[in-house]
Amino acid sequence: MAELFCDARPQAVDPAANRVVRAFYNWAQANSLFILAFGTGCGAIELRPLFTARYDISRYGIMPRPTPRQSGLFIIGGYASIKTMKRIIRSYEQMQNPKFVMGLGSCTVNGGMYWDSYNTINRLDYYLPVDVYVAGCMPRPESLIAGFGRLKTLIREGRAEGANRYAENFDWYKANQKRIIKDWNMPEYNW
Amino acid sequence: MTYWLAAVGRAIVSLFFIMNVGLLTFGVVGRIVARVHGRIGPPVWQPYVNIVKTISMRTAVSHGVMFYLGPVFRITGGVGLYLLIPAVHGSTWLGNFHFTGDLILVVYFIFFGMLGMALGAAESGHPYSAMGVMRGLTQVTASEVPFAFAIIALAARHHSLSITEIVAAQQGGLLHWNLFVAPVATAAGLFSLLGMMMQSPFDIHLAPQEIPIGPPTEFHSSYLALLQTNRSIFATAKLVLFVNLFFGGATSIVALVVKVFVLFLFPVAVGVVFPRYRVEQSVRWFLGVPTAIGIAAVLIETF
Repeated sequence: MAELFCDARPQAVDPAANRVVRAFYNWAQANSLFILAFGTGCGAIELRPLFTARYDISRYGIMPRPTPRQSGLFIIGGYASIKTMKRIIRSYEQMQNPKFVMGLGSCTVNGGMYWDSYNTINRLDYYLPVDVYVAGCMPRPESLIAGFGRLKTLIREGRAEGANRYAENFDWYKANQKRIIKDWNMPEYNW
Repeated sequence: MTYWLAAVGRAIVSLFFIMNVGLLTFGVVGRIVARVHGRIGPPVWQPYVNIVKTISMRTAVSHGVMFYLGPVFRITGGVGLYLLIPAVHGSTWLGNFHFTGDLILVVYFIFFGMLGMALGAAESGHPYSAMGVMRGLTQVTASEVPFAFAIIALAARHHSLSITEIVAAQQGGLLHWNLFVAPVATAAGLFSLLGMMMQSPFDIHLAPQEIPIGPPTEFHSSYLALLQTNRSIFATAKLVLFVNLFFGGATSIVALVVKVFVLFLFPVAVGVVFPRYRVEQSVRWFLGVPTAIGIAAVLIETF
């Protein structure tokens, strides 16, 4: 299987140098967010009503995308078990830069009700660079929409540089990931 | 030399025009579909924002030379198809490169993009891409059967394989349109249009739930931007072709835009009402009633 993967380390990529182009790109990225359709925990159930008639997230230019290659936003929906964390890391690394992560629910902040569980992580930003947390158990869709608003502000201001942070602190993130994932049979960085 | 420069310039203007028609049509149709769902829907300019966003992605992964060429083949299919169809009848700027016998080449170009995409998707190595291409090729092949019968019927009626001549024969009023002159051929053509427009119940190759997004699973960044641009050009070019063949063509830009939009509402209306077919169901459907209607159209127009 090794020949199917690339083990090259991720490189930080700077945004466009020209100020006007950068602002235009940031605006476009803020107004066209593709969510990776990967429900990673019980919070993912809150994403469904977002797409339906009552909340209709598409009016903000936000839509689900079923493949990590085309997605720009990864929502970690609540508790992340170690088993899921492995898939979360693979999916996150397959997304293209710039990519954003939103932690949804108390579990991503401090473990929530699974604080002393043996198989869930306690704090998401040890393992992935998180741009926005939406706290609560479970946060209602309105809170999520507020979280999207916050994320859009960060993107427009050019402050959502999680992908570059991940590349710059790659060793630290990998050490944390390997500390919890005991059966690490993945490439170092999965393009 | 000047002639060639002018021709290339006109082609670029024509492509820019049809790209914007396509993107705006998709934007408006997105709103309409959302209203059917009881939603508000994305802004009309969302397709533009999506393309700018996709271009602005900073990293891109390639899987090889064919992976690069897949989207290029695909957009070649769309651009080739459009540039062979006279968009506005009698116009110098939007007349494009029509010639005698272009109808045959146009049928080939509808297939061409999917074949290129198959090569690119195969290079990506993703099993879902291969599965999506297989489904797409199967369905396009099936939907081409009634379409082929429909255009054979039209060629037999007008004794011509030139789209321009078929459009010219329909000028002179509503009742000269092939819709009224050759209704059976039009019915076969419209059935096959359902399979070409990637709307339900025939969007099996995209199948967003079980095979994520089908052929373009691995395409991202600029590759995806190329595919998104092609989607607007290709879909609109097919609609322009159908307007030319069955609905009297267009003698002005306004008539073209209105006819393309109204025609697009047909597969959209069918799509929001019906759920998806499986591949074998869709093939069986195309080879059933639509093909029978196509054969009947050929028989009616020939004898």
